[in-house]
Amino acid sequence: MTEKKLTKGNIALAEGAIQAGCRFYFGYPITPQNDIPEYLARNLPKHGGTFIPAESEIASINMVMGAAASGKRAMTSSSGPGISLMQEGISYLAGSEMPAVIVNIMRCGPGLGGIAPTQGDYNQAVHGGGHGDYRNIVLAPGSVQEMFDLTIKAFELADRYRNPAMIIADAMIGQFQEPCRLTPEKPVEFPEKPWALTGRRGREPRLLKSLYLGDYEQEEHNLFLKQKYDEIQEKEVMVEMQHLDDAELVIIAFGTPARVAKTAIAMAREEGLKVGLIRPITLFPFPSQQILEHSRRVGKVLVVEMNTGQMVRDVRIAAHKDAEISFYGRPGGGFPFPDDVLAEIKKALGGGAR
Amino acid sequence: MNAIFKRPYSLTDAPTHFCPGCTHGIAHRLIAEAMDELGITDRAIGIPGVGCCVFLYRYFPIDALEAPHGRAPACATGMKRAQPDSVIFAYQGDGDMAAIGTSEIIHAANRGENITVFFINNSVYGMTGGQMAPTTLLGQQTTTSPYGRDFKSEGYPIKMAEMLATLEGVAYSTRVALHSPKHVNQAKKAIRKAFEMQMNEMGFSMVEMLSTCNTNWRVSPLEALKMIEREMIPYFPLGVFKERTGKDFL
Repeated sequence: MTEKKLTKGNIALAEGAIQAGCRFYFGYPITPQNDIPEYLARNLPKHGGTFIPAESEIASINMVMGAAASGKRAMTSSSGPGISLMQEGISYLAGSEMPAVIVNIMRCGPGLGGIAPTQGDYNQAVHGGGHGDYRNIVLAPGSVQEMFDLTIKAFELADRYRNPAMIIADAMIGQFQEPCRLTPEKPVEFPEKPWALTGRRGREPRLLKSLYLGDYEQEEHNLFLKQKYDEIQEKEVMVEMQHLDDAELVIIAFGTPARVAKTAIAMAREEGLKVGLIRPITLFPFPSQQILEHSRRVGKVLVVEMNTGQMVRDVRIAAHKDAEISFYGRPGGGFPFPDDVLAEIKKALGGGAR
Repeated sequence: MNAIFKRPYSLTDAPTHFCPGCTHGIAHRLIAEAMDELGITDRAIGIPGVGCCVFLYRYFPIDALEAPHGRAPACATGMKRAQPDSVIFAYQGDGDMAAIGTSEIIHAANRGENITVFFINNSVYGMTGGQMAPTTLLGQQTTTSPYGRDFKSEGYPIKMAEMLATLEGVAYSTRVALHSPKHVNQAKKAIRKAFEMQMNEMGFSMVEMLSTCNTNWRVSPLEALKMIEREMIPYFPLGVFKERTGKDFL
């Protein structure tokens, strides 16, 4: 059996990047993600990699773009305000079809915001964030092990679809320690990159761009991107589902709230309340199909988030029209404790549930 | 019959989108000639900024990356670190480099990134219709300084070549002009030297080129060329502000 090591979430993510073959990291300090650049500053050079402490998050994402355009695996990480500054570059990455991994260990917003665990950036990550008609691939780790595994996955998906992949985690996932296997579960995939800019060297010149001025060129490009997003939606959904067979209520949550929900579900089941869990691991693509099927059958849905209600809107769109959907949110560093969630479960099940 | 003048190998035959009289075309040709002479066409990658410079990839038969406005030096940084054997150059206008991209240019230069940046200073935002730029001359009327640029409100024209020359990481910083055969020849030498600095791993190189935008200056092409001599050069002096001769920085 592979050895596990007590590891902090952010460190697992940074080591995952190295194991995924990422050799280019550019970033600017911001709490609560500083372990990531600090780890990579120390360890990337040992693997022949490049670490640049960039002058801003804007520069960071554009350095990522330069390395990504060269066909290399490149990453940056930040939090809240820093991710906002990167949105221009992320939009260019999507428009020019360049793969890169962007990590957001979220801080509370709006504005500077606090550094307590929060999920306020769901909308920004999942519904664009930058300008234009595009999607990020968005992964939401729920454990230290997933910080490692999903980072590798993020690089693979980004390359496969030539699209930015974002990892969003709350500060709890980033900062706590758990036993973690720090080797890939399976060999890391490295797709060919016949589009990379390497100097033409005897071949036809290549171009990475996002400006389309000819009649209908831009529309054609947008429709092509849409097709790609549809394919991602069809093929790449990752979701964890528990205790759904007999469930009378399903909780939908990602990241730390999903962990809290698991505890609350165990408490509820001890009391004879049949509650299940759907935990989206990919936020885009969103597990809409699974939510539709189970909400139709189960009938009652409770969404728990550490914000005032962002993913719940996507759940409402995905869920069966007759499903009763309730929401429990703790924004701005407020924390949903198991007792709180249990109380919400009881409220949602109403007096009729046993 | 021997051809005594022909299109450089490193220039395509695509008709340019530049206005008649604009000196972007001259800058493009000089860069292409330098690439020919140095034999770097196959390993050159161009990174245009946003504005009139953006269609660089139509005119050079090389790999190219369209950078966000002002960010070309950061893109070039990531690219050069990823492929040190390629020759990476950014091509920026004055809005791109001297306004929105000041942070990226200064820090790329200060890190001594081994890249080359060509800077077209025509004192206005060209593509968007001639708005005031940080390089707009005092008293110059533009669509957003309709009463003439006033230092009390808009400050003074920014001197990029001099400013960058103060940074340790810079190997070569020069200002040339594109308004007369003599100056074009000087510009060509500067462009070649800038590429050579990169090829010799000397560090950051930048060539500022005083250029015309006769359309937005609302003058004839000939009058625009005269204005470079008469109005731009007195404020933006030509010359080499930094030239590293050996790897003394090591």
